[in-house]
Amino acid sequence: MAVLSLENISQEFGGLRALDAFNLDVEESAIFGIIGPNGAGKTTLFNIITGIYTPTEGNIVFQGRNINQAATHKIACLGIARTFQNIRLFNKLSALDNVRIGCHGISKSGFFSSLFGLPSMLHEEKQIKEESKQLLTLVGLYDKREEYAENLAYGEQRRLEIARALALKPTLLLLDEPAAGMNSGEKAELMILIRQIRQDMKLTILIVEHDMNLVMNICERIAVLDYGRKIAEGSPSEVKSDERVIQSYLGAGA
Amino acid sequence: METLDAIISQYIDPYYLRIMVLIGINIILALGINLITGVTGQLTMGHAGFMSIGAYTSAILSMQYGFSYLAALLAGALMAALFGVIIGIPTLRLEGDYLAMVTIGAAEIIRVFFLNFEPGGKAVGMAGIPQHTTFITVWLVALIIILLNVRLLNSRYGRAFYAIKENEIAAAASGIDTTRIKILAFMVGAFLGGLGGGLYAHYMYYINPQDFGFMKSIELLNMVVLGGMGSIPGTILGAFILTLAPEMLRIVSEYRLLFYGALLVILMIFRPNGLLGNVRLYDLRKRWWKKEVETWQS
Repeated sequence: MAVLSLENISQEFGGLRALDAFNLDVEESAIFGIIGPNGAGKTTLFNIITGIYTPTEGNIVFQGRNINQAATHKIACLGIARTFQNIRLFNKLSALDNVRIGCHGISKSGFFSSLFGLPSMLHEEKQIKEESKQLLTLVGLYDKREEYAENLAYGEQRRLEIARALALKPTLLLLDEPAAGMNSGEKAELMILIRQIRQDMKLTILIVEHDMNLVMNICERIAVLDYGRKIAEGSPSEVKSDERVIQSYLGAGA
Repeated sequence: METLDAIISQYIDPYYLRIMVLIGINIILALGINLITGVTGQLTMGHAGFMSIGAYTSAILSMQYGFSYLAALLAGALMAALFGVIIGIPTLRLEGDYLAMVTIGAAEIIRVFFLNFEPGGKAVGMAGIPQHTTFITVWLVALIIILLNVRLLNSRYGRAFYAIKENEIAAAASGIDTTRIKILAFMVGAFLGGLGGGLYAHYMYYINPQDFGFMKSIELLNMVVLGGMGSIPGTILGAFILTLAPEMLRIVSEYRLLFYGALLVILMIFRPNGLLGNVRLYDLRKRWWKKEVETWQS
């Protein structure tokens, strides 16, 4: 069953059609890659799925529920977490606090129980702290949990974003260019991390990425975007040999 | 409590006692601004408006309706919080600096309203408010407010406040209802403004609309900026310094305001984040620890 279905999605910015009648079905617990040249509409797609934009036309269905009009925070609470292409961390907060904020959508303590420190809230706080520490261990940042996010190295910031997204206990994780700016060693670690996350947390993962090595290695299915249209979809080997994909994106000889 | 106050007033000069009371009130007011501007990052420049709502509401209730001191204070604070929500709902949906404009305007409207408000004595103001606020009551309330502030900022709501200041889109993507949380911060800040106003009215014995003008808002905002945005110890320190500074500068008499301004400029040049902005216990401990290790090694 498809976890996420996009039906005929179009997005216009003024006269520009960033996405044009786009269809996509993402199967449960798949690692699904989206590739395409710059400006093809990949990030726009993520912004539509997470409710930052409302699509001009079409439907977004997540676990059988239409989320077209839902606000960003509601979509997050439903179980769609994301990272950002241009890192958006809470810079002046510690790594641990960044992950703890990620838990906001799934924690329940009310305002007054937070204000007066009621036992139920203290219990939940303890749980959040424990889980956040586990997530930081998973992405290898446990020792840096008290550092300000802005003082972390670039690759560490990317991993912290993943940890923060996972704090929501999502069913669908959107990674927007997770390997951008990483060296090859970090990329290899990232691939292992992504596979491990999928296995441990039974997630569906949607990746936008320019690094072909990473995409071809870990994605089971790939969609190729160009000028807001889907020009191909299939397994990595199918996509690699597709004539139109080679022409518009991969280039001859790839 | 009364006996305690009597004992204190025996030993401390009334002039110093008065300054201490004003510091306590300013701490409460500044903590309200800190919550809105320092922590949540929404610039508010009309806190004196909330202060006047709290002052007038509590003064009228205790003078004309026989409310007890505590009930009048609470009612004043709740009234201010209500106005905070009314002003906050339409403006906090917007992004950018609209809030600063709207809060300046709203505070002016409130001031002009009280200038023409019959039960509040119009421009003449209200005199004869029972002087219930004492050193002990102010500092007791201030202590409770400080503790609750610490509590709140260490909860999921506090983290949500900080998250909105740091990155609103990422906050929303983490499941934070940014509009609701911003209104909440604004409401709590206004509540503290009203509470401070009520304490002020019951200390000053006399209030008039000019006490709560634009300059009062700026003075309070300065305490937060000077002390360190988002830092509770910083805000408390800022309230101390900026309440004391005009008094200390009495020695230079007519150049007082000049020195006051120069002091602010100099502090902002050397500590642009405020005195205690971005200072964490963790960093201090680490620095201290490192030094100890180094001396041990050498």
